[in-house]
Amino acid sequence: MRLKHVTGLLCAAAMSLVLASGARAQDKVVKIGAILPMSGGTASIGAHAKAALEVAMDIINNAHPELGNLPLAKNAGLSGLGGAKIEIVFADNQGNPATGQNQALRLITEDKAAALFGSYQSGVTLTSSAIAEKYGIPFLNSESVAANLTERGFKWFFRTTPIATDFAKAYVDFLADIKAQGAKTDAIALVHDNTEYGTSVANTISAAFKDKGQAIAIDVAYPVNATDLQGQVLQLKEKKPDVIIMISYTSDAILFAKTMQSLDYKPPVLLADDAGYSDPSFIKAVGKISQGVFNRSSWAVGPFGSPSAIIADMYKKKSGEEMDDTVGRQMQGFFVLADAIDRAGSTDPAKIQAALKATDLKPEQLMMGYKGVKFDDKGQNVLASGLIIQLQDGENYTAVWPKANAEKAPVLPYKGW
Amino acid sequence: MSFVLVQVIVGGLLLGAVYALFSSGLTLVWGMMNIVNFAHGDFVMLGMYVAYVVYTLLGGGPILGAPLATLVLATVGVVVYFALIRDIMKGPMLAQILGTFGLALLLRYSVFWWFGANFLSMPPNIVGGTYAFAGLRIEASRLLAGVVALLVTLGLHLLLTRTSLGSKMLAVAEDQTAAQLMGIRPDTMQAIAWAIAAGATGLAGALIANFFYIVPTVGETLGIVAFVTVSLGGFGSVPGALVAGLLIGVIESLSGYLIGAIYKDIVVYVLFLLFLWFRPQGLMGKM
Repeated sequence: MRLKHVTGLLCAAAMSLVLASGARAQDKVVKIGAILPMSGGTASIGAHAKAALEVAMDIINNAHPELGNLPLAKNAGLSGLGGAKIEIVFADNQGNPATGQNQALRLITEDKAAALFGSYQSGVTLTSSAIAEKYGIPFLNSESVAANLTERGFKWFFRTTPIATDFAKAYVDFLADIKAQGAKTDAIALVHDNTEYGTSVANTISAAFKDKGQAIAIDVAYPVNATDLQGQVLQLKEKKPDVIIMISYTSDAILFAKTMQSLDYKPPVLLADDAGYSDPSFIKAVGKISQGVFNRSSWAVGPFGSPSAIIADMYKKKSGEEMDDTVGRQMQGFFVLADAIDRAGSTDPAKIQAALKATDLKPEQLMMGYKGVKFDDKGQNVLASGLIIQLQDGENYTAVWPKANAEKAPVLPYKGW
Repeated sequence: MSFVLVQVIVGGLLLGAVYALFSSGLTLVWGMMNIVNFAHGDFVMLGMYVAYVVYTLLGGGPILGAPLATLVLATVGVVVYFALIRDIMKGPMLAQILGTFGLALLLRYSVFWWFGANFLSMPPNIVGGTYAFAGLRIEASRLLAGVVALLVTLGLHLLLTRTSLGSKMLAVAEDQTAAQLMGIRPDTMQAIAWAIAAGATGLAGALIANFFYIVPTVGETLGIVAFVTVSLGGFGSVPGALVAGLLIGVIESLSGYLIGAIYKDIVVYVLFLLFLWFRPQGLMGKM
């Protein structure tokens, strides 16, 4: 009898030890669902985003005191939740709005994600965030720029990136500036695909120019992932606009560059709206025949040893790619979400929502060149901003506008190849 | 006729020749054994990657890529025939569809895993130039693809109609048992058909790589056009695929230029469906 008791006690003691150490080893984990295009025409974007988010996860979950004021970098894990680790559940949206919606549903109901993050294409963000809204789960979007996303009266949707209206204003001012320096900017052509991103950004830009009394001269719409763009380039070549604004994903951006070279067409000013033109594989594939293209960005690598330079280095080690504006905005958005969960001190959706609403980050706490992060009632970051960059040498973008942030002066006309 | 319009039509013809080139393999496999190869677009993709690897990683230059892609894909074709097609041909139609569809995804994501999702592009090379001819601009790489498309179509047509190998292949297509009684081995003939079809597809990929971007999902973009070309031309008809390819290329270019690019697919598919309504066997197909 006694022996049995003793063994029983010993067993119990051993078990509790195992349990206790087990509990300590796995700690608490906060799951965040990330919906990204891991396959389909924009799969390169998804692959880069995954690497970027894994770097962000490393920065949050491990101690990185070298990153200074960046929230959550100093300590390991989320101190607001007793050092809990962040775990990202990646879901492939295939660049397809319906798939994005299904993945959002899966992440919420099966993986029990505390918050959702994504989904790159505005069209996919539109549908997947609607599911989060229905279930009352916070959804943070860091890179979709279609204006209407924050015009739906959603309570659970938050967006950190500058949006189409911000950039449309920047384009108007930028073109006015180079006009003052002698460039001709009267006839503007908008070239865009037929996705949510392409059409809505084109509308926003065209409205911004109309406000200044300048109508868009030519509107060229084409189907996304085109097999051939000769007709469109010939249309432009015939109508000779002074400025072309390109709103295209990577595949079409590359095909446009190749077709423009083969038909020997160069517009005087080529201004791209991020997306494909910020994809490092665009620069590798056709950078040399796209010299002088302007683009928008909120990312600048900063001096050696600065947090942004360290992060860029970590990202390059992870992915083998140079850091670009898109992944930068994605990492920044993810930090904002993690910071809110940390301040909420809980995975309760309502508490995370409240913490997101109370977000007030200063420029020195950010890795991107925003003036800060603060959401309005619609969930839009009102302090988001960006600059104009130019691919002067065909290899690297340099900041050229506004003057305060410029590393070099803009070079005109568009050189091409 | 305005000058630009001529350029549009020339561009459309060159585009159409490319469509014809990458459709000929698909139509051959269909004609030989009634199998719709859903992995066809991904065979094109493999051909592009072979050309890319030969040029950039092995230093083989742009000329070596095309024959090597033909050889590699012909081998892939034979392997696929013996490992997959021979068995699923005995199964129901659904098994055939899902079998080649599964193969498509297998190829696509293997390349994905190996090369990553980045867009690649052939470095500037000797076939990368553009000829200006009486004010018209013609890309050397597209012209080359167009000429090869004509040669391949002609070659395949002659092979099927003028050689004993072609007669044997057609005999197997007509009646396997009867062909076997005449001493023709259906297995060998069909393996040869797969080698030729996949080889032609690889060649197409290598030539297209000179003016298109290279990415694992490019088969998705190009595959659809191949199916439309083949069904318009008539399943199994190699010259039909050529005529249909040229037709689609010109209609696409013209409607894209005159009406607008986002409407060009509507124009192409409305005409396509109307045509099939009146002539379901396609331009040159047999009922």
